[in-house]
Amino acid sequence: MAKKTYTNEEIQRTANKIRKQVLKFAIERGGCYITQTNSSAEILATLYLDVMNLGDSLGDPDGIPFPGVPGPDNMDFPRGSLYNGPTQAPYDRFFLSPAHYACTLYCTLFAVGRVSETGIERFNKDGWIFEQIGAEHSPGFETTAGSLAQTISVACGHAHARKLKGEEGTIWCFMSDGELEEGQLWEAIQAAAFYKLDNFVLVCDINGQQIEGPTKEIMNTQPLYDRFTAFGAKTVEIDGHDIQAIKDACRTAHPGQPLVVLCNTKPTHGMPFLDHRTERLHFVNVKTPEQIAEAKAFYDSME
Amino acid sequence: MIMETNVYSKSITAWGAEHPETVVLSADLGTSCEIMEFKKNYPDRYFSLGIAEQNMIGWAAGLAREGFLPYLHSFGVFLYRRVLDQVEMSVAYGNLPVGLVGFVPGLTTPGGVSHQSTNDIGTLRSVPNMRIYSIADATDIEGFLPMAYEAGGPFYVRMFRKSVPRLFPANEPIQFNHARIAAEGSDVALFTENIATEEGLKAVKVLQNHGVSVQMLSVSTLKPFTDPQVVDALKKAKYGAVTYENHNIIGGLGTCVAEVMAENGIGKPLIKVGVDDLYTHGASKMFLLKKYNVDAMSCIKAVEKLIGKDLGIEESEIEAVRFEDFNGVA
Repeated sequence: MAKKTYTNEEIQRTANKIRKQVLKFAIERGGCYITQTNSSAEILATLYLDVMNLGDSLGDPDGIPFPGVPGPDNMDFPRGSLYNGPTQAPYDRFFLSPAHYACTLYCTLFAVGRVSETGIERFNKDGWIFEQIGAEHSPGFETTAGSLAQTISVACGHAHARKLKGEEGTIWCFMSDGELEEGQLWEAIQAAAFYKLDNFVLVCDINGQQIEGPTKEIMNTQPLYDRFTAFGAKTVEIDGHDIQAIKDACRTAHPGQPLVVLCNTKPTHGMPFLDHRTERLHFVNVKTPEQIAEAKAFYDSME
Repeated sequence: MIMETNVYSKSITAWGAEHPETVVLSADLGTSCEIMEFKKNYPDRYFSLGIAEQNMIGWAAGLAREGFLPYLHSFGVFLYRRVLDQVEMSVAYGNLPVGLVGFVPGLTTPGGVSHQSTNDIGTLRSVPNMRIYSIADATDIEGFLPMAYEAGGPFYVRMFRKSVPRLFPANEPIQFNHARIAAEGSDVALFTENIATEEGLKAVKVLQNHGVSVQMLSVSTLKPFTDPQVVDALKKAKYGAVTYENHNIIGGLGTCVAEVMAENGIGKPLIKVGVDDLYTHGASKMFLLKKYNVDAMSCIKAVEKLIGKDLGIEESEIEAVRFEDFNGVA
């Protein structure tokens, strides 16, 4: 069956739906990881609807109760990767590294029809798989990624394995810019270039924010284009809210090299009412009467 | 005593022949970890990940999740201490079949504190899903890879290289969670692991010459630690137990045995011989064993203390024990 194609307008509507769902949670529950959603909504919507070659979801759209941690007696539990479809070649695989983007990822799965309304309402509900910081049982997750910059190494191992087995398909890894400060990332890029992993793509959400404030003031990582290029990756830098640019960048030819797509984004994109709250944007509280009022007013204005 | 060479090298190379999914990963210490023969035989299954252990651990997790059997080789310290979070989150959490083969365990390296894995057992015992092994001789090495494969899951092993003694019959392979009964006796239960097994055998021989009867268990599985032979030996021992290990006395074999004693209500004294919660320095193995009271004489002194007798044993008696081929009783 031919894969359904989506127009840029349809992808934009999906990105808006992701934002709207996260804002709903923030209003109902006193706050959420809103800014990560704002910076990455177009990236994730484009990856899921256009760029990645994923099969239909094999996960329960309503979610399931927490199935236990992996162990000698529990290796066959339903994995979060089921929501991305079959993990075997020739399908692509998607690895989300910054696990505090969990809510954004669940809302993406909801917006693209892989998680139901019943399921998404189970976000952060005790005993269910939609945990605030996801692990490998959580919808859309391949790895236990809460300790930053570990997932890229695992994803590269998958890409290397597929090459060794002569299998097709691309391994996609999503990272945020704060975790690019970790040394392990650079070890992984060095090795991905060394092993010529041209079936591996790293997509970075460069939103310029981390917990204590703007990235450039906490620990500067720029110039990222020059750094990734020097480490041996084919690197492209784009506006991460431009859907056509994301599509084009992800299809950049990169024979014999890993591809890195640097998406420059804005943590308040799509929610201008947050523009004045630029100090602490890692987890946005919606608690005071003023915060609730402005969030609700904006929510009601969203299509 | 028979000494063998390149035992691990032969073992991993033979394993690679039997199991085509075996891949060997190196963090630039391949020449020091007996994997160059594997590389020569299977160059397309030998991967250098450079001096970058954190990435190597995650990379191995990815390979394991795709059906490969990755065995990582380095000095022990670089496979648990430097990379603990990666071992926990990328490998142990997923219960993935990744093997961490740690060479130059404990005080067996002149490399000094940065190279001495004296708290690997203690650190990794608190990591769920992790299996922990310690080999004592050439026979243990020869049976190790099949045993660990059968046991499944992620493992860490304290491995030997170069010249290795053969203490146990070649036709009696290492068994999972099953210690070797290295001597039968009823005065004292002595538990050893790694190089302390060879030293412990010397100590037992001298003690036997002085009429002390020792039940000696050479322990190769440190986690899980549920071998019923341990309880049997503890119950049988008239005076109590001595643990003797190439490790900090906190968290290692001594702690394992102490927990079993407490859990089974065995109210007997325990003396732990090992590195006394210190960072150590670099020198030859025998120098370090003496300096840090981890040599055969330290084991003898612990037994003397336990039975309340000064046997007046001289160092020359230990040196005089010409260690012939060991004949295990079990």
